[in-house]
Amino acid sequence: MRRTTGRIVRGLALVSALALGATACGGSDDDSDTKAVSAGDLQAALDKGGDITVWAWEPTLKTVAADFQKKYPKVKVNLVSERSGDKHYTALSNAISAGKGVPDVAQVEYFALGQYSLTKGLTDLAPYGADKLASKYTPGPWNAVSDGDKVYGLPMDSGPMALFYNKTVFDKYKIAVPTTWDEYLDAARKLHKADPKAYIANDLGDAGFTTSLLWQAGSRPYKVDGTKVAINFDDAGAKKFETIWQQLIDEKLLAPVSGWTDDWYKGLGDGTIATLATGAWMPANFVTGVPNAKGQWRAAAMPAWTKGDKASAENGGSSLAVPALAKNKELAYAFTEYANSGAGVATRVSEGAFPATKAELESPAFQSKKFDYFDGQEANKIFAESAANVASDWSYLPFQPYANSIFNDTVGKAYVSSTKLADGLKAWQDASVKYGEEQGFTVEK
Amino acid sequence: MSTSVTASPAKNGAARLRTPRKAHSPGKPRRNVLLTVLMALMVLYTVVPLIWLVINATKTQSGLADSNGLWFAHDFALWDNIRDTFTYHDGIFGRWLLNTLLYVVLGAGGATLLAVLGGYALAKFQFPGKRAIFALVIGAVAVPGTALAVPTFLMFSKMGLTDTPWAVIIPSLVSPFGLYLMWVFAAEAIPTELLEAARMDGASEVRTFFQVALPLLAPGIVTVLLFTTVATWNNYFLPLIMLKDPDWYPLTLGLSAWSSQAQTIGGDVIFNLVITGSLLTILPLIAAFLFLQKYWQSGLAAGSVKE
Repeated sequence: MRRTTGRIVRGLALVSALALGATACGGSDDDSDTKAVSAGDLQAALDKGGDITVWAWEPTLKTVAADFQKKYPKVKVNLVSERSGDKHYTALSNAISAGKGVPDVAQVEYFALGQYSLTKGLTDLAPYGADKLASKYTPGPWNAVSDGDKVYGLPMDSGPMALFYNKTVFDKYKIAVPTTWDEYLDAARKLHKADPKAYIANDLGDAGFTTSLLWQAGSRPYKVDGTKVAINFDDAGAKKFETIWQQLIDEKLLAPVSGWTDDWYKGLGDGTIATLATGAWMPANFVTGVPNAKGQWRAAAMPAWTKGDKASAENGGSSLAVPALAKNKELAYAFTEYANSGAGVATRVSEGAFPATKAELESPAFQSKKFDYFDGQEANKIFAESAANVASDWSYLPFQPYANSIFNDTVGKAYVSSTKLADGLKAWQDASVKYGEEQGFTVEK
Repeated sequence: MSTSVTASPAKNGAARLRTPRKAHSPGKPRRNVLLTVLMALMVLYTVVPLIWLVINATKTQSGLADSNGLWFAHDFALWDNIRDTFTYHDGIFGRWLLNTLLYVVLGAGGATLLAVLGGYALAKFQFPGKRAIFALVIGAVAVPGTALAVPTFLMFSKMGLTDTPWAVIIPSLVSPFGLYLMWVFAAEAIPTELLEAARMDGASEVRTFFQVALPLLAPGIVTVLLFTTVATWNNYFLPLIMLKDPDWYPLTLGLSAWSSQAQTIGGDVIFNLVITGSLLTILPLIAAFLFLQKYWQSGLAAGSVKE
């Protein structure tokens, strides 16, 4: 019930925001935006050819770009691919504000899309036919790229969460694989008692991971209606997360290692970090980053917050978007569509990317794929089920990259000092509210 | 090596060392346990990372995770690592190496040339505004390059030069420290009488510079060249904000990009290649130091003893 009302309110707010926008900048902009681009137009552009620049680090795009150029020999795809994360967004924002050197296609993670779409940095892809693709994707990623009837990118991959665990370690100490977060806490105690060097997980405070766990626990801290934003970490879902994680921190059951460092890869390999709750894209990183632990790890469903609950969440995942200043939008859309909805998907999945499209997730070939790394486990069954159980009513802030950048100064304190997690979240909320107001958002407290 | 640099601005230092206490000659150095221990610690501090680098360049990705950092793993993969470093991503490491060489030859070479010309002029010619220039140069030495990077980026962006090799080369041409060093060196190394003699013999200013002054400046030039080469070779922040196209990256930026691949979903984790690449990256610098050492050392001592 509440969700429906929320949607109507959000829809109304969006319409008024759009109306305001239209009055403010005159009709001419919107005319060119809403003009539909037919499949024939796209085909004509592809036949005519041209250059497009793609800023993306997703490694499988290399093959996709090569295939695309083979299919349309007059099109040249310049794949600029050495940068990721913060540096990528800094470069993209700089180019957009300078109005120069903007790529035709950019990889944008779901958590960062709002920042670019709300400042009109991205092209609405609905007139190009993207709106008809909604049913192809799982709800989590589609919800992330679309806003009402606007579509700001096509989902490239997704990260439905799963619990990866080191079976060798669990077997050695005869610990059962946890199915709820309460059991997880018990397992953490048992493990650390059995081997003081081993921890159930590493965590020094990670914004993406925290928001994903809140998402799974049913907390909805961010509500976004156009430029109206509400931020509130004081709900039942957040309480669940705080209770469990505060105990893990207080009893020193988390390895003091930052994710993605060489120490982290080492810990995953030598059994001192025994589980990892993260997105379904992780197997590819296991294969290249932790080759020595092959055969030791398995995937399992995420522990539930209440026994029997199947709710899952997304962690990570990104889209391809077309910046508003892109020079060759037809070709840019054609490439995006090819890579994320057309023939490119199969190529990318075969190279280890985790799809966001239903057809691939549900296909028997995908589901029965045996993972050598997981000793032949058909892990995709777990991932696909998780993808189907992701609640679609989550939203990130339109300035989430900024909010994430101050996470360690606020919530992060709870991991390294006597600050409580609840106070840390409150501090994060206050700092985010302050920034939102400074940026001209109407922030509801 | 670096200790001798810091000990070098040395004229009055040398004077202070001449204390009335017991004389000792280079052949019979006085022992000092504290200094020896300190020195040993310094050597350890500088050499251990290097040893770590050499040892770990012999390991595969799984060997890196399995073994102790300061000893070899079971697998010896140095040659494989070197080959992989040069072939990974269609051999882009080679391209980065060439880029770095280009930046060093044009940037550091140009900076040295400008420093030599400017330093000579400031040392040996009288003209109005010299004191102001002195203040400016000394001030410029104190401004860290990082602080200038963003304003430089904005300026270059206006000129449309960002994302081109010029954006790295042109700012590298300015080396206030090199200029200052050349200035001090030229003042000491070239007797003004020699220049007067050359002029009296009817040599033009250009000829005096090239035939009389330049050979005397050689040790100083090598020193400045080494400084600017190291600065350009290691430059990270400037190329980071100026360049977007990986085809123009220098080694520093390329290696950092490889390293951050480990933080990317689906990214290839290649710490072994990052380490091997780092080792390969410092080899040319080590070679340059060893090769140019004798010029460099004779340069440091110039003017410190009354002849």
